[in-house]
Amino acid sequence: MDLKQIYREIVNEHNLHPGHKHDLISPTYVLEGVNPTCGDDVNIQLKLDDKGVITEASFNGSGCAVSQASSDIMMDQIIGLTKEEALRLVDTFMAMVHGTVSDEELETLDEAAALQDVAHMPARAKCATLAWHTLEKILKEE
Amino acid sequence: MDIKDIRADFPILSDERYIYFDNAATSQRPRQVLEAVADFYKTTNANPLRGLYEWSVGATEAYEKARVKVAQFLNAESETEIVFTRNATEAINLVAYSYGLYNLHEGDEIVISIMEHHSNILPWQMVAEKTGAVLKYMEYDEKLEFSDEELSKITDKTKLVAVTYVSNVLGVTNPIRKIAKLAHEKGAVVVVDGAQSTPHKKVDVRDIDADFYAFSGHKMLAPMGIGALYAKKKLLEDMPPFLTGGEMIELVTRDSATYAEVPHKFEAGTVNAGDAVGLAAAIDYINDVGFDFIEAQEKKLTALTLSAFKDIPYVTLYGAEEAERHSGIVTFNIEGCHPHDVSSVLDSEHICIRAGHHCAQPLLKYIGVNATARASMYFYNTEEEVERFVEGLKRVRGWLGYDV
Repeated sequence: MDLKQIYREIVNEHNLHPGHKHDLISPTYVLEGVNPTCGDDVNIQLKLDDKGVITEASFNGSGCAVSQASSDIMMDQIIGLTKEEALRLVDTFMAMVHGTVSDEELETLDEAAALQDVAHMPARAKCATLAWHTLEKILKEE
Repeated sequence: MDIKDIRADFPILSDERYIYFDNAATSQRPRQVLEAVADFYKTTNANPLRGLYEWSVGATEAYEKARVKVAQFLNAESETEIVFTRNATEAINLVAYSYGLYNLHEGDEIVISIMEHHSNILPWQMVAEKTGAVLKYMEYDEKLEFSDEELSKITDKTKLVAVTYVSNVLGVTNPIRKIAKLAHEKGAVVVVDGAQSTPHKKVDVRDIDADFYAFSGHKMLAPMGIGALYAKKKLLEDMPPFLTGGEMIELVTRDSATYAEVPHKFEAGTVNAGDAVGLAAAIDYINDVGFDFIEAQEKKLTALTLSAFKDIPYVTLYGAEEAERHSGIVTFNIEGCHPHDVSSVLDSEHICIRAGHHCAQPLLKYIGVNATARASMYFYNTEEEVERFVEGLKRVRGWLGYDV
């Protein structure tokens, strides 16, 4: 898919009308991710219950349409997952970016799979992965 | 001078689908430069300054002729005041390590401007940290000028003032002669970042009275990896070497060494003679075109861009209203669109512009934005290209999901 099509069919909707761009009240984890090449930042907020299930997830910050859409799509998909399931999803997303993902795995990414082509554009891969890298950092380190 | 003839000299510009508006990042190269580098390697390549045979002597001559060319281009007093470096960044680091660390002390002050590129900030942060000197910033006003109050940050405590001649974001030219005069009255030296000025205007280091002047070749038609530092000879003579090693010595014993004369003291290791020859060819090319033409063409293209911007309500311009104050650099944002997306959409129409913080994060913070888009033009760009760029720009919001 060419870039303009990706914008029109996936990115614009999430960028202009994000479902998860707001602050959480008393989140369990908060972490800021920064893309040093552009100075964009994403602030990821998660609420986990005592079983380790992500019950609420949101983001804030400033960034391009690709990074905003990728963040919003990620939030859609991680709510309801356990820490381990969310980490597996991050691994699959990164595998897609690196071009090592299988077709079955790609299906588990659901809407995030639509970012495959933009994630392969060298200039934009960092925009697509910013939120995912930040999530990985939270779940692995916290 | 016919723009068609000029463009015919640049092989990469023959593909007219592409519009290259990222000249402030790096320029394109004419075949005269590419051929000069190739000819050096084809006809007289050997390690300069070492060999006693014909080819090495030829390589040395080619390299030293390039140094003379740079000295004349900047109106230096002597070619011994020109040190070849990789680029402006390395040249400024040379000054920071070999001058700053040895001449600044606790309580001394370094004054720089808020307009600086990171390459003229980080070396001074390093010097301040290591010596205990204090780093101060001069901020510009709404006219993009430094008020007397800001300039009065240069005091008796100031030992070094580092300022860019032309801003890589705003395109404005700073009053270096005036700043140098103030600095010299207080006994401070002036370091000028010439990365954006050298390609666009006649530079006279003696007229502006710079103590150090750094520039990169690759922004002015020369290959990547060659640049130069101009420094007043007395300063160079008193400074210790930046890097040490081969061909920068007079005598080496097991425990000590004495160093070669300037500028060779600062050029350790095998030098980049091939690209120095390319830089000399680039200077010849620029001199042939002439700065009158270069400035007139940049002004014409900038004026066209700025007047088109006036008719687009959702464009914000960062920089002066007057086209002649831009040095071909037009920095802007489109309302509701991140500059990365603007650049990507234009890229899909083969229009190359820069997006991001332009290695000037303190400046962008001062302006109050995270990132901007930047179109930067050079003398080989055309009015048709500006028109296509503006048309492309008008379509960006539509592609990003807005009604207009």
